[in-house]
Amino acid sequence: MSGKQFKGKFEFLEHTADVYVRVYGVSLCEAYENAALAMFETMTKTGKIAQMDEEVITVEAGDLCALLYNWLEALLVNSETKGMLYSKFQITDWTKTTDTIKITAHIWGEKFQPEKHVQKVAVKAVTYHRMIVIPEKEENAVLEFILDI
Amino acid sequence: MGEDEGRSAPERVPIEKVDDYIWKIPQYKEAMHVSGMIFANQALLEKMQTDRTLWQCANVAQLPGIYKHSITLPDGHEGYGFPIGGVAATDYTEGVISPGGVGYDINCGVRLLASNLTEQDIHSHLPALAETIFHNIPSGLGSRRKDLTISNSDLDRLTVEGVNFLIERGLGWAEDAENCEEQGCMINANPDMVSNTAKSRGLTQIGTLGSGNHFLEIQKVDKIFNSKTAKTFGITHEGQVMVMIHCGSRGYGHQVCSDYLRVMEHAVKKYNITVSDRELACAPGTSLEAHNYYQAMACAVNYAFVNRQAIMHWVRQSFQQVLKQDPEKLGLKLVYDVAHNIAKIENHDVDGKTKKVWVHRKGATRAFPSGHQDVPANYRSEGQPVLIPGSMGTSSWVLVGNQKAMDLTFGSTAHGAGRLLSRSAAKRKYWGGEIKTRLEKSGIVVRAASPTVLAEEADQAYKNVDVVANVSDQVGIATKVARLVPLSVIKG
Repeated sequence: MSGKQFKGKFEFLEHTADVYVRVYGVSLCEAYENAALAMFETMTKTGKIAQMDEEVITVEAGDLCALLYNWLEALLVNSETKGMLYSKFQITDWTKTTDTIKITAHIWGEKFQPEKHVQKVAVKAVTYHRMIVIPEKEENAVLEFILDI
Repeated sequence: MGEDEGRSAPERVPIEKVDDYIWKIPQYKEAMHVSGMIFANQALLEKMQTDRTLWQCANVAQLPGIYKHSITLPDGHEGYGFPIGGVAATDYTEGVISPGGVGYDINCGVRLLASNLTEQDIHSHLPALAETIFHNIPSGLGSRRKDLTISNSDLDRLTVEGVNFLIERGLGWAEDAENCEEQGCMINANPDMVSNTAKSRGLTQIGTLGSGNHFLEIQKVDKIFNSKTAKTFGITHEGQVMVMIHCGSRGYGHQVCSDYLRVMEHAVKKYNITVSDRELACAPGTSLEAHNYYQAMACAVNYAFVNRQAIMHWVRQSFQQVLKQDPEKLGLKLVYDVAHNIAKIENHDVDGKTKKVWVHRKGATRAFPSGHQDVPANYRSEGQPVLIPGSMGTSSWVLVGNQKAMDLTFGSTAHGAGRLLSRSAAKRKYWGGEIKTRLEKSGIVVRAASPTVLAEEADQAYKNVDVVANVSDQVGIATKVARLVPLSVIKG
């Protein structure tokens, strides 16, 4: 599933029933962006998604795991309800207060076209199962999570 | 060690053998209110020991108000919070309800149709039938039927009315409703408890198969094990053509689960409940949070019933289109529609007393015995039909519920084969084209939206469903009626 083009960004780990992803980034911001890319790579070949339409989304959560969950879910909902696929993600604002973390992201993609976009497998949901957020590990942020498919 | 090498349970879970098919997890942790009970043969148990299945079973045993045992069925494998192939019953007032005990795909389930045809009648038409069904039933990413558009108010109505919403509009026969669990409509559904996000995901996906392990198969009866019960279910002879539909509540149900997982995370803090896994978040049975979830879940349950009803209608149309015979002649009667992911309020015997409980069935099939009032009247002399789909290209099973299930498993049995290989391992081993060729060599006609899914769903990636059915039969919780084998596979 993961090709060389994603080396250093994410990899798919072994899991019996679902999609288990490990994501890397030089910062948490970059890791969350790469997590989004990994999710869309599960569904299709992201290399084939033109970065035509730009949208801005805002996500808020009480902790880092919930933020990852909410971020991926927001993208999944956008994708399903608008019939969109995305391949570029840029988190432009990351604000932490005492109770919450709020991010604003610009995302780019295009409408799903069955004749153009390879169908892999639809993602049903993001889960907390085996979810790990390590802000800095040897100067890298590492995330792990499972997608229910 | 298997696929999950180095990533198995965080601790060793002790196991005691009760007999060849029953194993017990003792209350080895103080937080466990009850023991765990595993229904499996030695080989199935050993597979469960390679991942977190048994550890999750022990975690479920920690839910407040849980009765008797935390149960894992022969197809049990690692899930989120609950193992898949798990059953837990908690006291209606003292216990809790957990969305994790139902799962993301609420009322993922199976529907079986029995035709009046035999294999020879359709043999030469099989490719055309598969093609027509594949064309008529949306599957895979972003697919939809343009002629089934529903408004927001229609969506709310169908989640309250269940299959009758479609039957009244000509998509189905009056008798279809009787042969569904809950008559195809769970009461207590309240769309006001469902978020607009869930509704917007559901709006465009009604009447779609989805992808992953969901499928539609044209099957034939391979072997009848109990001819009296089979006949009552409308299964009359070997070679009889059947159709099996396996799908769920699509994005609507997934979002309901996700939304209420958030609600329950707050509830856990509010009511001071300790859970050992974030996905086990829950609320006391009497709380507003619990009742709101139950009403929202019921909407998703009904959404899934309606989804399978629409798909069944188009299957019937496809057969008419290709075989040019009227529906009475074709048969294609609904044998049964059963949920695999659901929470129910039921009465069960606990230590000689009847208790009102929340039964969570996560990857489990209800298996009520003969005489039970919730079994459709026409099947009540035999018991409830239990439908266990196999993996792509292998056999599927019709079983019948038994009294033993009421004694041992809160009226439940297994729901499927359960995976053996990870999806990535399956893809390293096989590729979609090869799977298609191999299935077609054995005479099975395949149509799939995604070759990736074909490889991931390779039959060798699953445990043998025959073994799972066998354990259920041997334990006596649901016994064998008929084995079905595929003639054609249609996948998302």
